[in-house]
Amino acid sequence: MTTVAKQFKADARRITRDLRHRGLILTALKKYEAARDARLAKFPDWQSARQTAAEIKWDAINHLDKYLLEFAAKLEARGTKVHWASTAQQAREIILGICRDRKARLVIKSKSMATEEIHLNDALEKAGFEVVESDLGEFIVQLRRETPYHIVFPAMHLVRGEISDLFHHKLGTPPTDNPEELTMIARRWLRHKYIQADVGITGCNFAVADTGMVAITTNEGNGRLTGSLPKTMITLVGIEKIIPRLEDLALLQPMLATIGAGQLITCYNALYSGPRQPDEPDGPEEFHVVLMDNGRTRLMADAEQRDALHCIRCGSCLNVCPIYRNIGGHTYGTTYPGPVGSVITPHLRGLLEWKHLSFASSLCGACTASCPVKICLHHHLLQNRRNAVRAKPVWWEKIAFDLFAFIFNRPWLYKLTKPLGRLGQVFHPLIKGTPLDPARAWTQSRDLPRIPRQTFKEYWRSRR
Amino acid sequence: MNVTLFIPCFVDMFYPRVGISMVQILERLGHTVDCPEELACCGQPAFNSGYWDQAREVAVHCLRRLNRAEVVVIASGSCGAMIKVFYKELFAGTPDEKMAHELSAKTWEFSDFLVNKLGVTDLGAKFPARVTFHDGCHGLRELGIKKAPRDLLAKVQGLELVEMPGPEVCCGFGGTFSAKFPMISTAMGEHKCGLILETGAEYVVSNDSSCLMHIQGLATRQHKPIKSIHLAELLAHT
Repeated sequence: MTTVAKQFKADARRITRDLRHRGLILTALKKYEAARDARLAKFPDWQSARQTAAEIKWDAINHLDKYLLEFAAKLEARGTKVHWASTAQQAREIILGICRDRKARLVIKSKSMATEEIHLNDALEKAGFEVVESDLGEFIVQLRRETPYHIVFPAMHLVRGEISDLFHHKLGTPPTDNPEELTMIARRWLRHKYIQADVGITGCNFAVADTGMVAITTNEGNGRLTGSLPKTMITLVGIEKIIPRLEDLALLQPMLATIGAGQLITCYNALYSGPRQPDEPDGPEEFHVVLMDNGRTRLMADAEQRDALHCIRCGSCLNVCPIYRNIGGHTYGTTYPGPVGSVITPHLRGLLEWKHLSFASSLCGACTASCPVKICLHHHLLQNRRNAVRAKPVWWEKIAFDLFAFIFNRPWLYKLTKPLGRLGQVFHPLIKGTPLDPARAWTQSRDLPRIPRQTFKEYWRSRR
Repeated sequence: MNVTLFIPCFVDMFYPRVGISMVQILERLGHTVDCPEELACCGQPAFNSGYWDQAREVAVHCLRRLNRAEVVVIASGSCGAMIKVFYKELFAGTPDEKMAHELSAKTWEFSDFLVNKLGVTDLGAKFPARVTFHDGCHGLRELGIKKAPRDLLAKVQGLELVEMPGPEVCCGFGGTFSAKFPMISTAMGEHKCGLILETGAEYVVSNDSSCLMHIQGLATRQHKPIKSIHLAELLAHT
């Protein structure tokens, strides 16, 4: 087992026993479910909306070469500097380079999973820049020196009291149980930072090819402040964020809001098409768009799983996943947790190191049923399992399944397992649940059914 | 109709009453029942664990034997999904691919077969109890079975169905997952048991013995007052 797999198991063992955590997440998601269902009901036909969205993203991903160039050309025509980064390191260097050139001291950020993916904050801080996250949830986890717990709700694992304590210790504000007051504390703190910031870094929800626009969606308006107050704006875009047409937003934005957060539409939806133009009163003087691959074309080369690039990072597969609900976001140890993370992380960061995530699933399919762009998530987990075994089978598992095939293909041998099983269950209570128990993985927490006096096949034989 | 029953290995071994009940019900409805003795496993454990070669070795026997049947009926949504949905993927690109598609078309999960193939919902069953129904994930999401078992339960005399909050939430079994990640599987099972207990039902019913094996195994260990019964067994009560 790899180190990350061992860590995953250890963390899962600890957190699944934490009933406070379980209750907290289930309560939060129950509220989400109620809101989501109320908004879903506003769609005349959610299933055909999903189909249309899947087709839009299919078109985008299967013609990425065309749409990316169109997107870049349109942006450049209005004075945007477009950069191309193959790897995380290249993306970091490009962004650090821009910050250095601008002699920046303070960088303000709006929420971006792509920047989490390349560990941009670490890199910026190591290079001497002060970095401030402006999304409230991200701000909180940044103060805690944690990674986001969820791709949409970064601080959903925390309660008011914990946030109050955090602000008290880190910002010196008086403790309060009032959510509005907690928000105001962050707001007052962040307003100063917006004004001081030299560079604003954002992510991108949708990269609109036909108009060359970056669409950014936030609930706090922090994206707009990040994108308009600092003199330099940098947007990091994973290349799969492309959508062909501006009109596609008419479906995708309400869809993202509905399935992601149970909202009709997110509060602030902005489109950026370039730096400040001569006739415009405000906006950044410079606008840089960094288009990043970082393993996405590798996933694209896998025809079976290419649709995983349709993902619009709504987080709905996390919300409905019984695994996520029980182990929480941090246990995964990945930038993208939950089902979609378990599917794509092996492609982005190495199959053999991250295959355990594809096995840590009951394959219940709730993720696939929820996905607004119809990614066949749980079948991709199966394919990752097959690919991992093809690449490097686990020796004892291979022996076990060779034996499995050997026994089940020989009816007399299968028949023999019944008396042996009956004999075994006489002695089993002596070792049940102990390290000597071959069925310990099951029996440590569950009882095994007993083999009755007559199995079905024995009944069937007796009947004839 | 000549119905060929596929009795999955764990149903044969641990839950023979489920198979026997299916035989009784189908014969009562006037059908001829056959059950190929040489078949035991559909190959799903190996398939789900990534060992597709070994899965194919086992599955090919089921495929060739079952394909001779007029219609195949299965007591489990999970094994049903394996044969109906995943064989097509497992045998893709092999000489048996066409056969996998043919078998898929004539394979039915038990409740789906009764309601949507035979058009029967009232089997004259009596079961005076409050029950709640657990949707097994494979039956629900791979095979799209949601209504059929409820239609059958609605016609059972004396039975009261109380839906739990979250009948579609996974019980945490997931085959080899339950042994590979017992801590996660157990936490999921505990959550499911909680949902079942909220209904105050005497029985939890499902069309999949594998889910019930997990739920019951956990409930018994934790002394939770949950009794489980497979839909076929319940329907055989007259």
